Order: sequence, then C-alpha cells, then structure tokens
Amino acid sequence: MARIDLVDLAHSYLSQPPDATHYALKPMTMHWRQGGAYALLGPSGCGKTTLLNIISGLVVPSQGQVLFDGRDVTRLPTEARNIAQVFQFPVIYDTMSVRQNLAFPLQNRGVPAAEIEARVKEIAELLDLGNALDRRARGLTADAKQKISLGRGLVRADVAAILFDEPLTVIDPALKWELRSKLKALHRRLDLTMIYVTHDQTEALTFADTVVVMHDGAIVQTGRPNELFDRPEHTFVGHFIGSPGMNVLPARVEGRTAEVGGVAVELARAYPAQPAGRRIEIGIRPEYARLTASGGLPVRVERIDDVGRIRFARVRLGAASLSVVAPRGVPVEGDRALLALDAHQIHVYADSRRLEGAA
Amino acid sequence: MDKPINNAAWFLILPAFLIVLFNAVIPLMTVVNYSVQDTFGNNQFFWNGLGWYQELLDPSSELGGRFFASLGRSAMFSAIILAIEVPLGIMVAMCMPRRGIALALSLVFIAMPLLIPWNVVGTMWQLYARSDIGLFGWTLNAIGIPFNYTNDTLAAWTVLVVMDMWHWTGLIALLCFAGLKSIPDAYYQAARIDGASRWAVFARIELPKLSHVLLIGVLLRFMDSFMIYTEPFVVTGGGPGNATTFLSIDLVKIALGQFDLGKAGAMSIVYTLIVLAVCWVFYTVMVTGQNKGGRG
Repeated sequence: MARIDLVDLAHSYLSQPPDATHYALKPMTMHWRQGGAYALLGPSGCGKTTLLNIISGLVVPSQGQVLFDGRDVTRLPTEARNIAQVFQFPVIYDTMSVRQNLAFPLQNRGVPAAEIEARVKEIAELLDLGNALDRRARGLTADAKQKISLGRGLVRADVAAILFDEPLTVIDPALKWELRSKLKALHRRLDLTMIYVTHDQTEALTFADTVVVMHDGAIVQTGRPNELFDRPEHTFVGHFIGSPGMNVLPARVEGRTAEVGGVAVELARAYPAQPAGRRIEIGIRPEYARLTASGGLPVRVERIDDVGRIRFARVRLGAASLSVVAPRGVPVEGDRALLALDAHQIHVYADSRRLEGAA
Repeated sequence: MDKPINNAAWFLILPAFLIVLFNAVIPLMTVVNYSVQDTFGNNQFFWNGLGWYQELLDPSSELGGRFFASLGRSAMFSAIILAIEVPLGIMVAMCMPRRGIALALSLVFIAMPLLIPWNVVGTMWQLYARSDIGLFGWTLNAIGIPFNYTNDTLAAWTVLVVMDMWHWTGLIALLCFAGLKSIPDAYYQAARIDGASRWAVFARIELPKLSHVLLIGVLLRFMDSFMIYTEPFVVTGGGPGNATTFLSIDLVKIALGQFDLGKAGAMSIVYTLIVLAVCWVFYTVMVTGQNKGGRG
C-alpha cells in the first residue's frame, strides 16, 4: 500500500537543458493518495508518459524526489519498487503459457511454488483467464494479452500501484468499455492506487475519480471530472475537455461587464481591474450558451452541425466567433438568431489562468 | 468469383519457363543421364543402371568409402561452424551500439567481409596463415606454437574454420541485430518490472523474437558451408592428404580430375538430395512454428 508523493520533480532528456522550454516535465509537486483512481490526461508529447516512467522507475528524474509512503525511491530501480505497469501494446512472453506468464514475476522473486500456484489461480479467476491458463499466450486476442500484462502486475502481493500507459489503444472499440469496467471493478475490489495515462477524455473521465490534466510538461489542473468540466482552471483544460471544447474569447473585463468583440456581456461576478499587458479572455462552454426564442444577444449563424443527440451552431457575436447549442425548435431567421449566455458559467482568464471573481 | 479462363495466358510464363529449363532442368537431367552410364572417352556411353548408386552408397567399396569420408568431413565442418558462428553472431549483435555514428561504423565493418569474393577470401587466408610469410602463421610459430597447415590436419581445419568465421559470422550478427532492433522497448521495461534476470530476458524475450531470423541464418549458413568449395580449394586444395577434402572438392576431383562422369553424376544427385532434404526439414520447422503461433 502506498501513497505516492512527487516533490519538486522535473525532468529533461538533455543533460544540460539551456532553459525551461527544454524540460519534458516542468517542476511540480503532487500527491497521489493510496487507493485513488487517477487519470493523467493530455495530448501527445505533454509529458504524461515521462511522468509515468519516473513513478515506475524506468526514468530517473533530473531533479526532485519520488516518495512512496514517505520513503525516497527516486534512484531505486524499477524492480525494487512495488509498482506494476501495463503498456500501450500488450507485452507477453511468447513462448510461455498464460500460467507461466502470470507466475513469472513471482518466480523471479523466489516465491515458493505452492504460493505461486495459489496466487496465479486467484488472479486468473479475477481476470476471467481461468480456463485459458494452459494455453500459449502468443495466440490470444489483444484484450486477453492486455489482461495477462495486468495480471503479471496484480499477481505480486506487494504491489501498491498499477500504472497504465494508454492500455486500450489496440483494443477493439466494443471491448474497450468492457475492459475499462473490469478495471474499475478491480480498483474497487483491490484497494490499489491506479494511474491511467491517456489522451482520450472519455477514457479518463469514465475511469478516474481524479483527473490530472497535463499540458506542455506541466500539470494544469487536478480535479473530479465535473470540476474539470464546470470550472476549468486553465484555458487549455477548457479546450481539451468537452466536445466541442470551451469557447475562449479575447475580452475586456470591467467589474461585472465583459466586452467581447464589441458586444457587452453580463457577468455573474465582479472582477478587479487587471494590470496592463495581461491577456484577458472569457470562456464559456457551448453547453451553457444556447440559441433562444427571445431575450438574448443578436448573433449571426454561420453553420449548424447536427451530431444526433444535440445540435451545435457556429455563430458570430460581434467580431467574436463561438460554438453554441442550437435547440431544435428555436427559430433562425435567415442567419439571424438570439443567444442566451448563462452568466454563472462564464469564466474570466488572465494569461490563461482562471480568475476568482467577487460575488 | 468466376475467373475467366484463357489458355493464351500460358505464353506469359513461357520466358520464365525457358530460363528455368536451360539453367536448371536440362543441366540436372544431363547429370542424371551421366549417373546411369559409364564412359571410356570418345563420347561412347554404356548403360550402367543404378550401378554407380549402389557402389556410392556401399561404404565397403572404394567409391562408397571415399564418399562417406568426405560426407563426414562436410557434415563435421558445417556442424563446427554453425556451433561457433550462431552463438558468436548473437553475441556480436547484442554488443553492437544501438544508434549513431558508432552503429554506422560497426555495420560497415561487420558487412565488409561479406562483400569479398570467395576466392579472394581464400587467397587472403592462404597467405595470412602461411608459416613463412603469413602474419598469422608466422606469429603462432614465433610464440612457440608449431603451426603449418600444409602438413598438419588440425592446423588446416583451424585455418578453414577461422576463415569461415571471419567471412560469415557478420551475416548472423546482422540478421540478429535486425531481429533485436524490432523488439519494442516495452518488453525490456516490462521484464524489469517483473524482476527478470539478464538471462531470463535473453531466454524469454530475445531468443524467441530471434527464432525466425535465426532459422533463416542457420539455413543459409548450413547450405553455404555444406557446399563450400572455393575457399578450401584455394587454401588447402583438400589437403593435407584428404584431411579437408569436402564433398564438393571430392566431386570435382572425381568429375574433372579422374573424368569419372558416371560416379560423379551419381554423387552429384545424392549430394543435391541431401541438401534438398535438409532444407525441406528447415522449411517445415519454420512453417509449422509460424502456424503454431497463429493458432496458439
């Protein structure tokens, strides 16, 4: 069982990085509580796999510490840490049977044969691999192979955390749901810390109780899925989560009014004047901006996309362009329509960071 | 799906058919023809049926004794060089740098011997191993190890085996290097997490992933070494005595030295059948191995 702390951690793949832009991972301090289901979410190249490899010990960070239950393991090799990792592509030992694959980590650690046998059986049942134990691992399907990879981690009694590096990439879409629910069930049952790296927001939001969003080598927000959706602390989180992402519009903010593209928009909170030179933007999710029959701001409709369950419209508000919900039955005359914004869901950002207004 | 049938299409394979006919089928049939006849020159041939084959496969006859002796030497030579070159090639491949200029340089150095013509290799080693002016032979003698491949069987075999290692270990190394490069990093990382020893990584990950390239490598090296002719011909000429007279050398001696076309024909056919049989076994092993992989 372990609580994982990252203290002032940073990593660069260069030995003498000239400046901050050459860091794959910018300095960060982060705590992962025992038993949490975390998702590390971010686009390719944001440093999430580097972070994962530092936790697992495959990469030694340039600076900072990794603590497992307060014990410094920064320089400990991966086999000496009580973690397991599941990779993007299933890793199995081709020439061995499923049983031998599952027993392998225990054999390497000199566990007695009787104990190995019992443990392998238990884990195989847990993963529904019970009746495939004596088959050669090489001929199995990708999802079964991925279960074996996971099983080789679970089989070790001392494992405190399991790290997943985009584990569903090669799995059929139909099986992805199934495997993901299996993971959730395992998490509830086994009280293990799980850290799941992905660039797929659906995977992250459905798997994790805490989502860590990374951007450009830094953690930009940590929170529950609904927090990320309703209160994005960084414009990147707004963009990245949600489909379509949050509208981020350059604005001038004074007190309770924002001026966007030459149009005044009411805010729910008051914001102090910001020093000159800061980039001020407002953000609103398309779900909280909808076309309405009466009592809204006049906009010009450029395009309507019907995605089945809901319709999104691309509209122009003065000079600014944004995505909004177009409920069925709301009149659009020519390209003229009215737009209602939910003032409580408008966020103000200074240099991409959210400002807390005063009520 | 219905495929149109047009017999004119046979003409399209005619060129390939003619080439195979003239460079394989007709020469082989000529040899078959010789192997069932005897001649005393002047293009006069006498029917001998399976006589030559009976004599060849009977170890108590003069021809049979000679045949089995050279067959034994050939098999021994192939066994020795496979036993040395395969493990050595794997080791070289594992020690090679993985990237950068060092990789480019080592690839060039390893590939260099592969590009040298066989008779040049033979000549190089013939000179290199000489006890009077050759660096290798002279040095051995100078440090007190008597070495003369013209009258010592062990020395002659040593020269041929070392020469073949120098010439062909690079092939195994290059094949294995390509095989090793294709193993994703995740396998090594997973093995570390599983606490696998270096030996377990080799036996459980690297060797299984190399098995296909190794089979091809072993097959190529077996055929080449079992049919080797040029290098021993240049270096030892089959001597001292008959100590390095491999099947191919003996065959040429019988066919062109003694002009026994019938005996040589029968020997050629049996020689070819042995090579074919071994290749067939290899092929079967490879194909069934792959199918097993598919079915699990």
